[in-house]
Amino acid sequence: MELFQYPYMQRALIAALVIGLAAPALGIYLVQRRLALVGDGIGHVALTGVGAGLLFNRSPVLVAVVAATLGAVAIELVRARGRTSGDLALALLFYGGIAGGVMLVGLSDATSANLNAYLFGSLTTIFPRDLATIAILGVVIGVVMLGLRPALFAICHDEEYARVSGLPVRTLNLLLAVATAVTVTIAMQAVGVLLISALMVVPVAAAQQVTRGFRSTMTAAMALGLFAAGAGVWVAATANTAPGASVVLLAIASFLVVALGAAGWRLLRRRAAPAAVPAPEPHEVVLR
Amino acid sequence: MSAPVITVTHGAVGYDGRPVLRDVSLTVATGEVVAVLGANGSGKSTLIRAVLGLVPLAAGSVTLFDTPQRRFRQWHRIGYVPQRLGAGSGVPATVREVVASGRLARRGVLRPPGRADRAAVDAALRAVGLADRAGDPVATLSGGQQQRTLIARALAGEPELLVLDEPTAGVDATSQEAFAGALHDFVAGGGTVLLVAHELGPLRPLISRAVVVHQGGICHDGPVPEPAGHHAEPDHDHVHPHGPDEPAGLWSN
Repeated sequence: MELFQYPYMQRALIAALVIGLAAPALGIYLVQRRLALVGDGIGHVALTGVGAGLLFNRSPVLVAVVAATLGAVAIELVRARGRTSGDLALALLFYGGIAGGVMLVGLSDATSANLNAYLFGSLTTIFPRDLATIAILGVVIGVVMLGLRPALFAICHDEEYARVSGLPVRTLNLLLAVATAVTVTIAMQAVGVLLISALMVVPVAAAQQVTRGFRSTMTAAMALGLFAAGAGVWVAATANTAPGASVVLLAIASFLVVALGAAGWRLLRRRAAPAAVPAPEPHEVVLR
Repeated sequence: MSAPVITVTHGAVGYDGRPVLRDVSLTVATGEVVAVLGANGSGKSTLIRAVLGLVPLAAGSVTLFDTPQRRFRQWHRIGYVPQRLGAGSGVPATVREVVASGRLARRGVLRPPGRADRAAVDAALRAVGLADRAGDPVATLSGGQQQRTLIARALAGEPELLVLDEPTAGVDATSQEAFAGALHDFVAGGGTVLLVAHELGPLRPLISRAVVVHQGGICHDGPVPEPAGHHAEPDHDHVHPHGPDEPAGLWSN
């Protein structure tokens, strides 16, 4: 534990905890919309921003926020159109993003270590100023996602109904897109572009193995995200492993534990009460 | 005659240039229960989607509560019941959570739910007979119970007008009865109803007027038409594979 006496380790831990809370709070809406991997795609686009920042000597994170926001809004516009070609448009955006990033980083003076830091995260090189950005943006994301939960739940659950309810659906969709971009960019420093979606999606996937409602899923996912982030940084510090990968592997491990535990619990309950065979439901339609 | 709640004047709708509705005019007055009938693909669902602004009009106009639909903002006066729950969401949600989103139209996006919201959700759950399932995930309910959840969601907003898209399609008998009871109470309280249906079943005594859509136009506006031939048999299954190209004559008068 003495490693945590060092300020850089304390910063790494705080940043990881903030992201561990914020990423699932946003990710649950993406999962609900069946857009679980969109964070991954926006991460790819953010990489182009990192490359441009390195090339033009601007703050890579700041340029990445701009690039990711543009990418997220573009994806939202394609999604809202609801055309089948949206799939291909997304693919172009994703691969264009990562190829652009790799090329721009290559053109700049940056070393491959710089690129690796953004691809796989670099928790231990977070400066105090970075930490302030991560903390402020992470808290804002968390508060907005929790505070607007009824409305965001409504648009992700049944968008047409939300429109007939008179909700500002387009504004809320854009808000969600921008929040995704911001979360991706702050999480990029912790777990890297390639592992971002894991923090947004895996805690939600684990939580919904045992929860019954949306609110309980959100609470449990944030708790799991917090646990994975804290434990991951601790494992990384004691076993000298890559922090980003440790956090993600712990999140996946908690998913497996919860999923197996839930399956075992159901099996035990069925064994305990074998007589209750549910009556078959009546047919709802007749096919001819 | 009481004030019109819905007025459609010479409405036309097309998808990708293919006309689905042409020159449709319809008025629904306060307190009426209007059923839109027609075969699959006749354009009856499109008609109510156009009324709600979910599909754009190619021509004509829609007025809701004396306001042109484009400028209509009092959406809390309308409760919409879609045909079924969207593609199904990836995250579990309880019946109560789904019903509670019916309060958003009244409450707005920023205000957190209060006591009145909770009371309205409770009342809506009781009205459709799902109070005991409030904490269960929607995905574990039967199709009919899910449909009742959607009706409760619309009722929770305490609307003046209910718009329902095939509320009884593929719904078990218990749910149809529960639904008819909820609708009866709503109408008794002064509510107006516009519903699309393929068959009326237990709703039939509630309907005050029927509008029959055929091949994109309205071919009947008046009393509920009597089922004819084998359609009139009590155990007849209304399963119609035909689409918009069926031969004229079935509904024509």
